Amino acid sequence: MIDYIVAPFQYGFMVRALIVSLIVGVMCPIIGAYVIIRGRAFMGDALAHSVLPGVVLALWLKISIFYSAVPAGIATALLVGYVSRRTGISDDTSVGIIFAGTFALGLVMLSAGPIVAVNIEDLLLGTVIGVSQTDVFVSLGLMAVALVGVYAFHRQFVYTTFDPVGATVVGIKTGLVEYALLALLALVIVMSIEAAGIVLVMAMLIAPAAAAHLLSRRFVGVMLIGALLGAISAVAGMYLALHANLPPGPAMALIAVGMFGAAAVTKRRWTVRQEESQQPG
Amino acid sequence: MKMADLPGITVKNVTVERNGYRALFDITFEVGQGTLVGVVGPNGAGKSTLLDALAGVLPIAQGTVDLHGAEVRKGALAYVPQRDSINWRFPATVLDVVMMGRYCHIRWFRSPSKRDRELARCCLERVGLWKCRSSRMNELSGGQRQRVFIARALAQEASIILLDEAFSGVDVGAQEGIVEVLQSLRDEGRIVLLATHDLTNLAERFDQALCINRCICACGPPDTAFTHRVLEEFYSSHAIDSSETRLDLEAPVR
Repeated sequence: MIDYIVAPFQYGFMVRALIVSLIVGVMCPIIGAYVIIRGRAFMGDALAHSVLPGVVLALWLKISIFYSAVPAGIATALLVGYVSRRTGISDDTSVGIIFAGTFALGLVMLSAGPIVAVNIEDLLLGTVIGVSQTDVFVSLGLMAVALVGVYAFHRQFVYTTFDPVGATVVGIKTGLVEYALLALLALVIVMSIEAAGIVLVMAMLIAPAAAAHLLSRRFVGVMLIGALLGAISAVAGMYLALHANLPPGPAMALIAVGMFGAAAVTKRRWTVRQEESQQPG
Repeated sequence: MKMADLPGITVKNVTVERNGYRALFDITFEVGQGTLVGVVGPNGAGKSTLLDALAGVLPIAQGTVDLHGAEVRKGALAYVPQRDSINWRFPATVLDVVMMGRYCHIRWFRSPSKRDRELARCCLERVGLWKCRSSRMNELSGGQRQRVFIARALAQEASIILLDEAFSGVDVGAQEGIVEVLQSLRDEGRIVLLATHDLTNLAERFDQALCINRCICACGPPDTAFTHRVLEEFYSSHAIDSSETRLDLEAPVR
């Protein structure tokens, strides 16, 4: 058993992968809590796909994806907010158009531009095993930025999520707050792409936070329990990947989704038991 | 300066457009401090639009709204929105919601102080919901929810409180409780504007009735504002002829 646990620490690449996975596991549900309660899960999925042009650009320029995908993600997030505000079309239509357009642009860049030594599958499903020491430091730096952003804007995010009209009346700039949340979301998504991949980052963003939403009565609880479940998913996913020879991204996503299923069953049983105890006789 | 010493609300020739059409036009009225005002009118009359315009949520196309400085004093204006504009998925306890009233007074990167928490407790005690502080908002009845939002407005230290359809989905007993709290706020010198369909409550318990149907039909004490002509314009013959309506039995219709 001990061997099973310490085995990854014998290899530098596994230690780096575990650190990055842990960062992703903690940060995704913290931002994901706002995303699910605002009903913006589709936005998270769309943003994850729409950073592809930034990722391809990084591959062309042979730089870390953080340098180009973070600005690309933030720009896309701001563009989505701008288009839905300015054109009057519904939010999800605006997201759908920009998501499809930017993802298609990324695929065109990948096939029509300079040849890059990358497997499209790695981009879509993640390559956490291959992260460098620089990537670890950049991830830690981005995590610090994202945590400061969440701490600074938390009250505004909470008020505008719960009561957007009341928030406007007390002077909160709801438009600015929306852009700030989208920018933080883009930041966390890009941080997570190497670990979970473009397609599966959604699972880490949504599933632990959704499970925590079933288990907690308060929003802060959703964030903290979500971060804990996300961290467990990330680490357990890495171990499962190592010992069962599976790709780490899908292993993490599968455990996160399994945790949501367990939380849903627990909640259901707890509700039934409570209803039974309240029945007279 | 005491709240009662502050000037009230002055609205002059206000026109408001909503979704490209004129929802309100040429609205003019005045409300003094320490007044409980009922905004009444048929569906689509612009009651919510008027409150939104006063709150600054909707822009004003023409005219002026003078809140006599309340709009620049932090938290002076509080809004209790309609039920459907609240995100009920949000996992918030009663105390969490009342604490939101303190947010505009708390600086960036600061946590709520002991005074903020104490004030939230006092406000909840005042509306009789301190015992429910740990309950989730979606576990409360309609009347309790309204009282939580009133407590939030109190925690915000608002001098003007706007309530949109506060009696919607609230039983008669709970309405009584809400009106009593609103009257006590009025007695402290606050202005309370409440959009409602409940003419009986309004006629008996409010100081001023603002009757609108996209423009001002009448404004003043309920017994002078509720003329036969106004009620007929609002509700056709239904409200004033039916012997079953509480209005017929109790409201002073002229």
